[in-house]
Amino acid sequence: MSSALEITVLLFVAVAATGVVLTRDPRAQVVTLSFYGVLLGLMFFIFQAPDVALSQIVVGAVALPLMFMLALARIFRNEEERKKKDAKAGHGGKE
Amino acid sequence: MQHLAYFVALWVLLAGLYGVVTSRNYVHLVACVAVLQSATYIILLAAGFRTGGVPPIFYGVPVGTRTVDPVVQALMLTDIVVEATVAALLLSIAVQLHKASGTANPSELEALEG
Amino acid sequence: MTRSVRLTMFFAGAILLTIFFVASLGNVPAVGDYPGPYGNVLSAVVVYERHVTNIVTAVNFDYRAVDTMVEESILFLSVAGSAVLLRQMRSEEKKENDDRKLKDSEEKTSIPSSSDATRGFALLIVGPMVLFGLYIVTHGQLTPGGGFQGGVIIATAFLLLYLAGDFTRFREIVSHTFVAIIEGIALFTYVFIGFLGMFEEKAFLQNVLPFGRTGDVVSGGTIWVLSCATGIAVATGVLEVIYAFLEQVLEEWSR
Repeated sequence: MSSALEITVLLFVAVAATGVVLTRDPRAQVVTLSFYGVLLGLMFFIFQAPDVALSQIVVGAVALPLMFMLALARIFRNEEERKKKDAKAGHGGKE
Repeated sequence: MQHLAYFVALWVLLAGLYGVVTSRNYVHLVACVAVLQSATYIILLAAGFRTGGVPPIFYGVPVGTRTVDPVVQALMLTDIVVEATVAALLLSIAVQLHKASGTANPSELEALEG
Repeated sequence: MTRSVRLTMFFAGAILLTIFFVASLGNVPAVGDYPGPYGNVLSAVVVYERHVTNIVTAVNFDYRAVDTMVEESILFLSVAGSAVLLRQMRSEEKKENDDRKLKDSEEKTSIPSSSDATRGFALLIVGPMVLFGLYIVTHGQLTPGGGFQGGVIIATAFLLLYLAGDFTRFREIVSHTFVAIIEGIALFTYVFIGFLGMFEEKAFLQNVLPFGRTGDVVSGGTIWVLSCATGIAVATGVLEVIYAFLEQVLEEWSR
């Protein structure tokens, strides 16, 4: 029989996964994803797997959200430039 | 509740798949794929766990103590690296899609031309 | 395929998967009842055979070293793939940039500079972080750690340099060509160590270097060397992927 700590952390992981999926805005989802990564690392630690916990924390809570934020920054910048080009084209066409 | 970990893994898999199916933004979709891949970690972890076991590190611990299974932990290390790899490639594709078509919504993409 | 059709198919599939899953859990032992032989054999034998104390690292770099080599090549392929995917439209972008530069030069999106506290803290912590990453890479066979974990920590430490300064200075310190060459050398070292065994008519990636004393930093034969090579390869690989993404965001390069 598993102890109370293991059961609790498993239920937290299930709730956190649902939370990550239901966060629709990508900019907010990066923060939720990072928290989910740290929670998974804690679960690996409780289940006596320290190597995997180290790897999960470095990859899932640092490197993965960093890539997400850089991709979002690029998409945001694309949208800004497109809006500026449309505004300028609209202006030039009118005049 | 002897199989609770396996049911939690199934729930996480279905939650991630639901996110992929009903997603309205490509970056949100990639994050849901990452959640989907983490269900496999939970299954592997539960398969190798032993109640009352110590981590498989013998630095200062006598060699006879019962440990958890080290082989599935080696598998999980590879799995985590593969997740980062897949996310990087999918994000590159999402960025290029947005550049080419101006939208990040899967339902608004027209069919490929040319 | 409309949204409601997709949702219906998803729920049907989910119900089927749950039914089959519950039905197949009949004979699976409970969580916590590990019966299998491999874990017990490895725990009893590795410390005496290979003189290392971290069994997971021994499995990764000695007993299943081929899996780690394939995983390194997966990382290398993803780096190459990301670089190719994100560089595809650069010629079109440069043409757009030149046209835009001729027309107007006052509308440039600028990135706000970070505060002094962020830059000072990032500069302070780069040194200890690189040291910590090197510690985890080289002590992988004694305590929890190994090549991957330490490699990603070192890559993150180098990225703090970008946070402490700006992109041009970051590019001067960590030049792109240098990082790519080091990654190739590290991967080549891994495969070369594998061939060392074949020179003595044993198997590929067999542990042929002297084992040393249990508890020393240099112990375990090829385990220590492969761990260091993997650490360098993973550090440079992750750095290259983040480089490709950063160059997309900050487009003021002059090539």
